[in-house]
Amino acid sequence: MSKFRKSGGRKMAALSTASLPDIVFMLLFFFMSVTSMKETDYKVKIKLPQATEVKKLEKKSLVSYIYVGTPLAAHQAKYGSEPRIQLNDKISELFDIADYVESERSSRDESDAQQLTYSLKVDSDAKMGIVTDIKQELRKVQALKINYSTLKVERKGNY
Amino acid sequence: MAKQLGEINASSQADIAFLLLVFFLVTTSMSVDQGLNRTLPPPPDPNQPENTDKINERNVFVVLINKDNQLAIESELSEIDILTDRTIEFLTNPRGAADLSEQVKASKKLEEAMAKGPNAKEDEIKNYRRLVTECGDPDISKGVVSLQNDRGTKYETYIAVQNAIVAAFNICRDKFSKEYFGGKTYDELSSEDQKVVKLAIPLNISEAEPRSVK
Repeated sequence: MSKFRKSGGRKMAALSTASLPDIVFMLLFFFMSVTSMKETDYKVKIKLPQATEVKKLEKKSLVSYIYVGTPLAAHQAKYGSEPRIQLNDKISELFDIADYVESERSSRDESDAQQLTYSLKVDSDAKMGIVTDIKQELRKVQALKINYSTLKVERKGNY
Repeated sequence: MAKQLGEINASSQADIAFLLLVFFLVTTSMSVDQGLNRTLPPPPDPNQPENTDKINERNVFVVLINKDNQLAIESELSEIDILTDRTIEFLTNPRGAADLSEQVKASKKLEEAMAKGPNAKEDEIKNYRRLVTECGDPDISKGVVSLQNDRGTKYETYIAVQNAIVAAFNICRDKFSKEYFGGKTYDELSSEDQKVVKLAIPLNISEAEPRSVK
């Protein structure tokens, strides 16, 4: 019974914590490499709509973003309170889209440029007019793969 | 002679690394980008005459959204909730109604694909042949969903409608793949099998050139 019990109060040797920093650094590098910083600062307010039939965008490097929404309060004096287009960090006009597509394409090699997907992050309160205009601009420059960015919700009903 | 330096205490290194770790955990977002994928039609070519192959009216399922976000299915005022069911009914046409989409046998499509001669796509023929041999020559719908919206339509409504229509196609595809591919859903199939199901239930959504909708 007392075969295993150590007799007397022998002290346990202190556990060496010398490797703790290494472990934490490993974790740190893991998180640094897998996570991506937010690409741009939003200058417009965007509340994405919800959808059930969403597909994931596989390759981040093959996605360009176009944001549409009401300018944030700090920018409203300059840009008004109607929904506007944001490309990169700037609030832009409709005719800037062609240049944006061109610059996005030229920053990638040729085979990737063909596969670029344009992710439209549009505020759910925006009107279709501005979205239709963007789609027409994209068609003009042969940028045909688009993705309406949405949040995922579960399908309701008995399917 | 230089003074002997004492060893620097490194026990706070862990704390510093933890701080950095927490900072990165908080500032980075793991969110994945997701949404509805769509391919836009190429811009209309002014030199090319308008498309002359007429689509039979019964094969077009017209969905309109006006500027007050009201929905009309085949020019009847309607609700989004029933759009998915109506689209499925239109595509599958279970009772063979005269005003819902026409169905074509896969074997007929195979003949058509082979008749194209040198322009025929190897892939297409192969997959149609698989449909005929492995899936019991199913009916393929000729239906096209035509979606039209006004400039004043709210984006949220537009996406809800898009979503309901895509849901109908996805449900049909799931049903088809469960029946013929061993109970797997469409997403679980290999990309080769997915191509076959895609041919059986093609995603035909057409968006009209923009104009205002009453």
